[in-house]
Amino acid sequence: MLVNQFLLLGAVLFCVGVYGVLARRNGVLVLMSIELILNAVNINLLALGSLQGPQAAVVGQVFALFVITIAAAEVGVGLAIVLLIYRNRHSVDLDEVDLMKG
Amino acid sequence: MLENAWIIPAITFASFWLILFLGKRLPKHGAEIGIAAVGAAFVLSCVAVAQWIDRPATEMVTAATGAGEEHGGAGEEHGAEPEEHGGAGEEHGAKPEQEAGHALGQVRILAAEADGEHGEEAEHEVEPIRAAVERNVTWFSIGGIDVTVGTAVDGLTVVMLFTVTMISLLVHVFSTNYMHGDVRFTYFFAALSLFTTGMLLLVVSSSTLQALFGWELMAVCSFMLIGHWWEKKENSNAAMKAFLTTRTGDVGLLVGIVTLFFAAGQTFDIARINEAALSRGVPQTALVVGAAALLIGVIGKSAQFPLHTWLPDAMAGPTPVSALIHAATMVVAGVYLVARLYGVFWSAFDIGAGGANPVAIVGGITILIAAALAFVQRDIKKVLAYSTVSQLGYMVMALGVGAWTAGIFHLFTHAFFKGLLFLGAGSVSHAVHSFDMKADMGGLRKYMPTTFATFLIGSLALAGLPPLAGFWSKDEILLGAAENGYRFFEVLGLVGAFMTAAYMTRCVYLTFFGEYRGHGHPHESPPAITVPLAVLAVFSVGAGFLNAPGFELFGTLTENRVYLRAGVPHHPFEVFPAVVSTVVVLAALALGYLLFFQRRLPRGVTSRNPAARAGYGLLVNKYYLDHLYTGVIVGSVKGAIARGAYWINQKVIDGVVNGIGIASKRAGGWVYRHVDQEVVDGAVNGAGFGAEGFGGILRTIQTGRVQQYGALLFGATAVLALGLVIFV
Amino acid sequence: MDALDDLALTAAVFLPLVGAVVMLLTPRRQETVHKVIALLTTLATFAVGVYVLVRFDYRRADLLQFNVNASWIDVINSRYILGVDGISLPLLILSMFVCVLVVIYSWNHFPEPHNPKAFLLLVLVLETGMNGTFVAQDLILFFVFFEVVLLPMYFMIGVWGGEQRQYAAIKFFLFTLFGSALMILSFLALFFRGGQTFAIQELIAVASDTIPRSTQLLIFGGLFMGFAIKVPMFPFHTWLPDAHTQAPTQGSVILAAILLKLGTYGFVRIAIPILPEAARVWAPWIGGLAVIGIIYGALGCLAQSDMKRLIAFSSVAHMGYVMLGIATLTDFGINAAVFGMVAHGLITGMLFFVAGSVKDRFHTLELSRLGGLLIQAPRMGWILGFCAMASLGLPGLAGFWGEFPAILAAYNPAPGLSRELFRVYMVVAAIGTVFAAGYLLWMLQRAAFGTPTKEFAGHPIPDMRWPEYLAWTPMLLLIVVLGIFPNLLFGLTNRAVDTALAAFGGGG
Repeated sequence: MLVNQFLLLGAVLFCVGVYGVLARRNGVLVLMSIELILNAVNINLLALGSLQGPQAAVVGQVFALFVITIAAAEVGVGLAIVLLIYRNRHSVDLDEVDLMKG
Repeated sequence: MLENAWIIPAITFASFWLILFLGKRLPKHGAEIGIAAVGAAFVLSCVAVAQWIDRPATEMVTAATGAGEEHGGAGEEHGAEPEEHGGAGEEHGAKPEQEAGHALGQVRILAAEADGEHGEEAEHEVEPIRAAVERNVTWFSIGGIDVTVGTAVDGLTVVMLFTVTMISLLVHVFSTNYMHGDVRFTYFFAALSLFTTGMLLLVVSSSTLQALFGWELMAVCSFMLIGHWWEKKENSNAAMKAFLTTRTGDVGLLVGIVTLFFAAGQTFDIARINEAALSRGVPQTALVVGAAALLIGVIGKSAQFPLHTWLPDAMAGPTPVSALIHAATMVVAGVYLVARLYGVFWSAFDIGAGGANPVAIVGGITILIAAALAFVQRDIKKVLAYSTVSQLGYMVMALGVGAWTAGIFHLFTHAFFKGLLFLGAGSVSHAVHSFDMKADMGGLRKYMPTTFATFLIGSLALAGLPPLAGFWSKDEILLGAAENGYRFFEVLGLVGAFMTAAYMTRCVYLTFFGEYRGHGHPHESPPAITVPLAVLAVFSVGAGFLNAPGFELFGTLTENRVYLRAGVPHHPFEVFPAVVSTVVVLAALALGYLLFFQRRLPRGVTSRNPAARAGYGLLVNKYYLDHLYTGVIVGSVKGAIARGAYWINQKVIDGVVNGIGIASKRAGGWVYRHVDQEVVDGAVNGAGFGAEGFGGILRTIQTGRVQQYGALLFGATAVLALGLVIFV
Repeated sequence: MDALDDLALTAAVFLPLVGAVVMLLTPRRQETVHKVIALLTTLATFAVGVYVLVRFDYRRADLLQFNVNASWIDVINSRYILGVDGISLPLLILSMFVCVLVVIYSWNHFPEPHNPKAFLLLVLVLETGMNGTFVAQDLILFFVFFEVVLLPMYFMIGVWGGEQRQYAAIKFFLFTLFGSALMILSFLALFFRGGQTFAIQELIAVASDTIPRSTQLLIFGGLFMGFAIKVPMFPFHTWLPDAHTQAPTQGSVILAAILLKLGTYGFVRIAIPILPEAARVWAPWIGGLAVIGIIYGALGCLAQSDMKRLIAFSSVAHMGYVMLGIATLTDFGINAAVFGMVAHGLITGMLFFVAGSVKDRFHTLELSRLGGLLIQAPRMGWILGFCAMASLGLPGLAGFWGEFPAILAAYNPAPGLSRELFRVYMVVAAIGTVFAAGYLLWMLQRAAFGTPTKEFAGHPIPDMRWPEYLAWTPMLLLIVVLGIFPNLLFGLTNRAVDTALAAFGGGG
């Protein structure tokens, strides 16, 4: 089995995600892009895990499961924040959200 | 009573407290308690006298020098038991009292001197005397030394007990009328009781330390009584002067007591101190220092020159107090102390050797300077005050010239006629409400016959006219001075006697003769005043016979160990000196009569003759001693010196302290400003400022835009990854 | 009973603190409750004192009794050692006694700014410190109690004091703290050089043998500074007049009656027994400063126009006698010193009480404005006179026994000391008694004699009130009783002093 294809897929997904995070203005899309990045990581974990043998494959899968769980939580929280921002500002444009400006 | 003599002062002490706390509620405001207590004390004193007379003479005493040392056992034990060592004297061929004339005394001295070498020549006459009754209990003990308190009763003590309680009783009675209606009547009686207590305590005490208690107690009471009318500043000033002057003398007394304490082998016991001094077991230096220091105390208390100035001022107190102070307490305490510690003075100043010694000199000077001052007084009480000073001079001189019995005999007789004179003056002032002889008296003999008669008796007794009391005692002093090799002091005494007679003539004339110069209507005083006068007059006449030739009860009664151990010479009456002194007194009375009664005064002497004027000025200003004491010494101590010391305190010492404070504050300030603020804080602030500036730069990065952060993060990660790839 | 004996001293020290805690928990408004608590606490403490008095073995007054010895700070080998002997017992009782009277006197005499809770609390804390100092037998424990006293007194002066209270309080605090610093240095030196222990009894046994002589001298110097400032000796006395003048009456009384004794007690308890050789070297200097203090304090008194300041200066003179007694290093001298401490505590304490009551009524203590106290308040006037007489050392009253034996001892100081020098001291000290009479009578004349000044002539001045009767009578009685029966105290101190002077061969 060639690991390269999986790694390539992960890289593509990661790059799409990074682009989405950096370029999109819509908060919901940014969150979705973060999901993409996390899934890219998951693919890498599974691929590299199975490359190392059956034991390591299990480890990789466990990590991936953890990440999925955390991603779900993160999305939940992130969406809640976006929702609150929308309620307050009637917009989810991230350029306008600079409350943390120093 | 002899064993329990402490009861006598205890009674009056109890009376003091009773009067203080209950007096005001009683019908007589406390006077009854005082009179009852002092009366009881008087009765007990009489009992003591009687018991003393009854006491068998059992104690054998030999003179200290020579024999006394060889047979120390005989000399050192003293107690009520008969002496077992009578043989001590017999070995030296002692024979009973047979020698006649003054040779006896000389023989005794000779014997004492010769004894050491030729025991067989010794001429000791060992006559038994009444042993002193001592009773001591331990007061406290420090470092193995038991300090005892107790009573020592001998002839001198019982005589003093009798005199003090009697005068005090009469003064109490007198005061009930004299002080009637006074604002502090009750308090006055309380103080009188305490005063009497002080003197009685001194008289019965067996140790110097205990004597100091009585001594100081009297000082306080005199302070309270002289300043009795303290609303006026002069009175409280006089009280302070009395207290401070005697206190100055007390420095000497303290030093003397301390010196003798160690000199005699760590004891306060008077008998042991005397014994140590007489047996020459004490370094002479310590003895002389101790005696000289005690003499200073005596000078202060007994108003001897140059510390006599407080006594005339003490006239600010009520007259009965003056009588008590002058006649029987306080001022005679000093004389009593010398008589008690006679062994010390005898050995220290070698009194038996004749010539001159400090005690005699002090007394002699005092006789004359005080008598001179008595001439220029207008105030009747001040005449009497100076006369007291002068008479105390006689007593001190008597002790100084070795006429021990004469000295205390004069103390005894003087108490009666001086008490009489003071109470007489009180009676007069009671009638005319003044003490000024020149302005408010004169011719009072017509209005106050009893007072006049008694006062006249007192004056003549004081002047020393035979056969009144003063004659006998004064004559004995002069005789003693002559026989013991103090010729010069005999002359001084005669001059003093002349002056005494003269100024008393003046005093009597100004008060009772001539025309009445005052206002109001003088009248004879009530019995509470005249009865004490009469009693005292009787004693002024009769007391002298107690020691008259052939009788000599007084001398026998008062003979004690110290007297015999010291070998104080004894001189029986001689006619010639007595005639001389009588002639002198009569001459003075005659001169006084001419000067004052016949108005043969050389008028205007003081204005014509510069020397006389200077002398008069000197007397009026009391030899400028008061200026020296009050103005110069007290003034400078209280003023300049105290202020100087305080200035030093505030400016120098406190200045240093505050200076240190200020300097440390300044140093602190400098450190704060320059070190703390600039260096330390500079570093801290520098860090702060640096951080702030850096943060200012950094804050520009912080846009608050999440995506920019993400970009930076990503960029940075990329760069790191790149570096990783390239370099690793 | 033995269990009680073990507890007695601890109770004596910490009961006041318990009372203070109870007071802390009581609301501030309930003034009467506070007063009652304070009174009960001091009375209870005094009762403990009475218990100690009863159970004390007078035949063995030279031994420490009621000993407690428990571990405390193991790291530095400092132990919780308490005990009383004939020297500390009278001072301990005096401290308890005065505190009761101060609380009674305070009943209606609270200085501004009122606040009885805080005031009485401070008194109780003070009592803990003072009692503790007198029973502590461990240097660190001693030091702690010695310092505990400072703070309440600082606040008492600084809060309830007169116009210049801040200055006075700070001066008092810094001065004594300075002394304490040197003192603790000396303690540490003793610890390191003297066998790693702070226990006084052990140090007495070993210190003079193990420590080199020159070091002993230095250590004694440090102790001297610490104690001399507290006494206070000339020339370290200047905090005293200010502190006394500014302090409230109760503060002055406690200060005069007990605080000053901490210093002299330190000499007798610590400095001299532990370092006898050094004491011998230092004694002439101490004696010299003492007699200078006697004359100097008296002169200072004569220059005063304020009654309280005058009394304060008189303390300098009186403590001079105490220090002279100590400097002689003889049994007479040190017995006199202990007697002098108690007598001065009673007498000067009384004088301050009277001065406080005078100030309460006239609102001034300027002698030029006073006069005729005997007319307006005769009882108070006579008590003032009585105290003045006691203070000038009249035989028959307590003050005499502090002065006379000290003078006596100076005639014949301990072997090794210059007799000539000490005899000069003796004469100077004797002259000091004249000065004492001078200033005290002068004060009495100004304040009590004469007629009231115009300013106060018309004012009705109330005479003594019940708290004054209650607080003063015991003190006056004690002054008389101790004056007539000095053995009450000498009998107690004599043996203990002999022990303290063991190194001098019993003195002389």
